[in-house]
Amino acid sequence: MIELRDVHKAFGSNQVLRGVTLTIPKSTSMVIIGGSGTGKSVALKCVLGLVQPDTGLITLDGKDVTMGDRDAFLARFGMLFQGGALFDSLPVWQNVAFRLMRGSLKKPKDEAREIAIEKLRRVGLTSEQADKFPAELSGGMQKRVGLARAIAAEPEIIFFDEPTTGLDPIMSGVINDLIREIVTEMGATAMTITHDMTSVRAIADNVAMLHGGVIQWTGPVADMDQSGDPYLDQFISGRAEGPIEAVR
Amino acid sequence: MTWILSPLAAIGAAVLGALAFNGRIAIFAGQTLSHFLRPPFYPKEILQALMSVGYFSLPVVGLTAVFTGGALALQIYSGGARFNAEAVVPQIVAIGMVRELGPVLVGLMVAARVTSSIAAEIATMKVTEQIDALVTLSTHPMKYLTVPRVLAGLIMVPVLVGVGDVIGIMGGYLVSTNSLGFNEAAYLTNTVNFIEMRDVISSLVKGAAFGFIATLLGCYYGMNTGRGAQGVGQATKSAVEAAAVLILAANFILTSIFFSI
Repeated sequence: MIELRDVHKAFGSNQVLRGVTLTIPKSTSMVIIGGSGTGKSVALKCVLGLVQPDTGLITLDGKDVTMGDRDAFLARFGMLFQGGALFDSLPVWQNVAFRLMRGSLKKPKDEAREIAIEKLRRVGLTSEQADKFPAELSGGMQKRVGLARAIAAEPEIIFFDEPTTGLDPIMSGVINDLIREIVTEMGATAMTITHDMTSVRAIADNVAMLHGGVIQWTGPVADMDQSGDPYLDQFISGRAEGPIEAVR
Repeated sequence: MTWILSPLAAIGAAVLGALAFNGRIAIFAGQTLSHFLRPPFYPKEILQALMSVGYFSLPVVGLTAVFTGGALALQIYSGGARFNAEAVVPQIVAIGMVRELGPVLVGLMVAARVTSSIAAEIATMKVTEQIDALVTLSTHPMKYLTVPRVLAGLIMVPVLVGVGDVIGIMGGYLVSTNSLGFNEAAYLTNTVNFIEMRDVISSLVKGAAFGFIATLLGCYYGMNTGRGAQGVGQATKSAVEAAAVLILAANFILTSIFFSI
């Protein structure tokens, strides 16, 4: 279980998180929604330690994430980045097997390649793509490679940062289905950031809306449409009028 | 009073900024050196960096050195003729290349070629979240990106300086023997007899220092880039500028030290 308690983070005078409190139960899929620049990615990066919160506590299974062995902590995570964040200088299979070729999870090269190709198949790519470089793939394929890399070491927790941004609706649907299937079959805890409502409905068990640096609403995805929260209602319906100020 | 205080405040801010910059670079250098000794190590990345910094810089270093050596020979011959000292061309080319021009020109060429490449590559990795991805894959970016490159700078730039010294001297030899009427054997004998071991050592020590500066600053500016394409461009430009200036400053300091011992 991941817990954020009263997490604050500012960049200079820009107070991004103003007391985020959120619980993500084990083996569930939490989707965090909110407008651009509301701090969704910052919250996610705070959990991973990529950004240090100013105040507040983040725990994983009751233990402070800033304490203990950092490698062991990170070995429990997989992450799909918004732009893929694939390493340009490495072929696709080495991107997928990156963690399996180094550090505590290191395996022989042949075995790492086999696992990488199996994970690529799992996300709908063939072994022909394995030896290509990321720049030779389309945006959708790069997302799939990123997804394969995120699940390569079979992590307990997977983070997805804007998994469908920049993809056409059909490819977005494919990625959403893959995420849902993988999370279910691996029994992983998932935390996804998106503002794509189709993704929310496809991926989420629970939804949290971040607005004004705090969690505005959280609950099961089934309750989202009847929340009665004016901020969430405006976000779901995509109206320009409402409590969320829209800049024209 | 404001017209008196404003310039003083500007000078103070500039001094504080320079001190803060030096402090940040010193901390970054300390962190890098501390990672030299602590596993994990990435031999494949180190080998790649050795090739990139050393082997692939040979053409530009060789061409720079041969033309500089040739031009130096012409200048010394022409200048020496004013007081009947044309015969000192081999000695002055040798000492000029080994003590000064070899290390400085190789250092500046490495700053142009390697510092820019390192800064642009790491800065691009930073803005495309590849550095964050490394962290989430349990890989320390300093160990994986900075240590191999700085180690390659420390090892390969002295080698490049040694090669540059020899090629520069050969440039002077070719011009002197083909255009200025020097005897081949006498030229080489004079060159070899004149150079001392301390000249060679100072050249190689300068090479190691310049290699460290060039690669470290490439990594530093890459890791601390601003956002977007403009950030990458700014980081690359700043890295090359800072490396070139610091190499010249370090050259003065090292030359002063070698003169005093």
